[in-house]
Amino acid sequence: MSTDYSIEAPSIHGRLSLAEIEELVAQPLDTKPDKKFFIAITLSTGALLIGAFCLTITFLYGIGMWGNNQPVGWGFGITNFVFWVGIGHAGTLISAILFLLRQRWRTGIARFSEAMTIFAVMCAGIFPVIHTGRPWLAGYLLPYPNQHGLWINFTSPIIWDVFAVSVYLSVSLIFWYTGLIPDFAILRDRTTSKIKKTIYSIFSLGWRHSNRHWQHYEKAYVILAGFATPLVLSVHTIVSFDFAVSILPGWHTTIFPPYFVAGAIFSGFAMVVTVLVIVRKIFDLQNIITMDHLEKMNKVILATGMMVGYAYATEFFIAWYSGVQFEQFVFINRVFGPYAWAYWIMVSCNVIIPQLFWVKKIRRSIPIMMVIVILVNVGMWFERFVIVVTSLHRDFLPSSWGMFIPTVYDLGILLGSFGLFFTLVILFTKTLPVVSISEVKAIAEGSQPTHHGGNHHG
Amino acid sequence: MAEKKIFGITALFKDPDSIISAAKKTSLSGYTKWDVNTPYPIHGMDNAMNIKPSKLGFVTLICGLSGTTIALLLMWWTMSVDYPMVIGGKPFFSLPAFIPVTFELTVILATASTVAIMFAFFFGLPENSHPLHDTDYMKKVSRDHYGVVIEADDPKFNETVVKDFLKSLNPVSIDVIYYPEKETYPIFEPKFLGVLAATAIIVSLGTYLTLNSLMYIEPFNWMMNQDKIIPQSKSEYFADERGMRMPVEGTVARGFIPYPYLGELIPTEVLLNPSISTKAILELGERKFLTYCSPCHGDFGDGDSRLRGQFQNPPTLHSDRARNFSDGMIYHIMTNGQNIMPSYSSQVSREERWAIVNYIRVLQRAKNANEHDVEFAKNINIE
Ligand code: HEC
Repeated sequence: MSTDYSIEAPSIHGRLSLAEIEELVAQPLDTKPDKKFFIAITLSTGALLIGAFCLTITFLYGIGMWGNNQPVGWGFGITNFVFWVGIGHAGTLISAILFLLRQRWRTGIARFSEAMTIFAVMCAGIFPVIHTGRPWLAGYLLPYPNQHGLWINFTSPIIWDVFAVSVYLSVSLIFWYTGLIPDFAILRDRTTSKIKKTIYSIFSLGWRHSNRHWQHYEKAYVILAGFATPLVLSVHTIVSFDFAVSILPGWHTTIFPPYFVAGAIFSGFAMVVTVLVIVRKIFDLQNIITMDHLEKMNKVILATGMMVGYAYATEFFIAWYSGVQFEQFVFINRVFGPYAWAYWIMVSCNVIIPQLFWVKKIRRSIPIMMVIVILVNVGMWFERFVIVVTSLHRDFLPSSWGMFIPTVYDLGILLGSFGLFFTLVILFTKTLPVVSISEVKAIAEGSQPTHHGGNHHG
Repeated sequence: MAEKKIFGITALFKDPDSIISAAKKTSLSGYTKWDVNTPYPIHGMDNAMNIKPSKLGFVTLICGLSGTTIALLLMWWTMSVDYPMVIGGKPFFSLPAFIPVTFELTVILATASTVAIMFAFFFGLPENSHPLHDTDYMKKVSRDHYGVVIEADDPKFNETVVKDFLKSLNPVSIDVIYYPEKETYPIFEPKFLGVLAATAIIVSLGTYLTLNSLMYIEPFNWMMNQDKIIPQSKSEYFADERGMRMPVEGTVARGFIPYPYLGELIPTEVLLNPSISTKAILELGERKFLTYCSPCHGDFGDGDSRLRGQFQNPPTLHSDRARNFSDGMIYHIMTNGQNIMPSYSSQVSREERWAIVNYIRVLQRAKNANEHDVEFAKNINIE
């Protein structure tokens, strides 16, 4: 099968008119939730409640309820944190980097993946805080003048994390909300319900689609994208510093920042594909979130998956090349030690299985793609588990060797974080436009003046 | 009915090409207070409307640079001035380690203030009472139409002329927009005030409960309740139920050798000063005098207290009476107290008390120097 790559495929299929686009996207907001919605939300809040229960027990009795021990002081808490922060990388990548790279296809999926970013970072933020054991004292992490006369340690990677993650969350929220304002105005002007109108009016800030505003607005969007781009790269870099700045064999490697960023994009895209496949089906958005979109994302998954694989290989090479006995032991222990099963799940899900995406048919087949991306999610969770647990469980002295076995509470809280994530995603699909209406209108056919080079977006 | 006030006249168009040409013509005919409303940004509209490029970038630049500066100053001041601490052998101002936080603060300040300033100052939003809201015109441009509005504030505005001009652009429809007779979202609407009041009550109640009750129940009690026995608490373990145990009879606390002359008036003959006035001892005496005695007796023992009448001023230590005290007497007054002056035996150790005695002697001699002393002082080199 030959494809002509010189012509860009249209980002919206089926020649929808502007009004049709609007109807299509606003549809879920206008209709009453159906049975499917309630089933979905019941499942996800169920998971959320299990997590909340386990967390309450943890608060009451302390993190002794978890599997963490000496020497594995960072068990699920940090694994889940890094996992969720990673998931949160796709959104900003799509909305900022692809925006700067003038990738028109991003418009259909940007809003949704930005929302997923925000929800994922919220899930991520929970873990380091509960891992402290007394999360209600988290305010101590901020530099504020206090009666102890003490300040936080700005040279600590943990504090960098606090700044990176909270700034990332805030900037993602700002980005998301800025993009939502014109859509709120659209919703405000089409709704007939008085309550909805009041709510939309408040959130639209009284946006009037004025061109004197659009001008600055577009500029602001470029600025935001320009800042979000280095920001998204910095976040996982800084998360990787939590490990890389230590002197523990298995963590102390300079390859961590790029390796973590590639992994984050990899897992983030996998999660976006997982959710989008379902969403486009349920809300009939096949014309706006097209198969081409999914295929492009699968290509990104393939590329970043290979980067991750390359990083795995480099780690091994450096361990051998360094000549440091402890380094070498850690890596041999990863592959053949007691946690070898986790290592091999990671390698097969992250490096081997995504290779199937070389085949175009597989890239464009919904069921196979679904299986692969879910496996990628699993693999990326195990990657963090391998990094955290295998590096810790064999301390320098064999007398301090140990094993990490998660407890029911560990698993419950992990489940709960998925519950939180999907609850937020499901609520989002029913309360806000999952696709940016105004942006999609702007790239619809015939929506830009002809003398300006047709519907050229940029 | 009072005459309605005109806000402006609008014209609607169906496709992007005609709105561009309409915009061009409007801008050429010299109107200044006019606008174009479109459901999404249209390429080439800035040129057609002849508006200057956005200056928003400068806002970002300034805010971003302030973020950088604030971050660096904050870290420099906290880590190397206010509470310097050596961490991991890094210098107090360790630039590489400060980069991440600097970067993050730059980004957050640049982005958040750009967006906030853009909406608040460039656009004057939020503004839900604008006359264009809730009009058919707004509903259409929100959906799939493109519109031009010429405002009545324009110096060249004349209803019939503007209408004719807009007609010449071949619009789908022309509308006159009036200021709404009553405000759409009046501030004093009972519902709105109700919501505000309810929010205020809920927030204050919530805060009150959190700060006063929730903070002190398990497990949020700041580790206040622990299984160990704290001073003054009861214990079930001992028969007498005292948490604090009595010391064994005859126990003497470290540095607290019993003083046998408590309450006696003049036990001075037996108390001989065991310390010599070396430099180190005098310095110790000075330090302790300034700490414990000077609040009442003044820095030089003149009886000029710093307590502003909160405690009766003591007499000067340079009176004949005080100068004639034996060393033992001064020591005794410190240890035993005298009338309203309390005992300092628990704050100041024995050695320190004798050092203070020696220091008081120095003060007394300095304040009442004779010719010899002056002569002597002239000859030695006091640095
Ligand atoms: C709380 C204030 C206070 C402090 C602190 C204090 N004194 Fe006094 N002192 C007094 C008062 C008041 C008197 C006068 C007592 C009386 O009426 O006989 C006095 C009297 C004395 C006298 C006797 C003076 C005299 O002429 O009878 C001496 C000597 C003396 N203090 C030494 C000290 C020394 C040494 C210290 C430091 C350890 C000290 N005081 C700390 C308040 C103080």
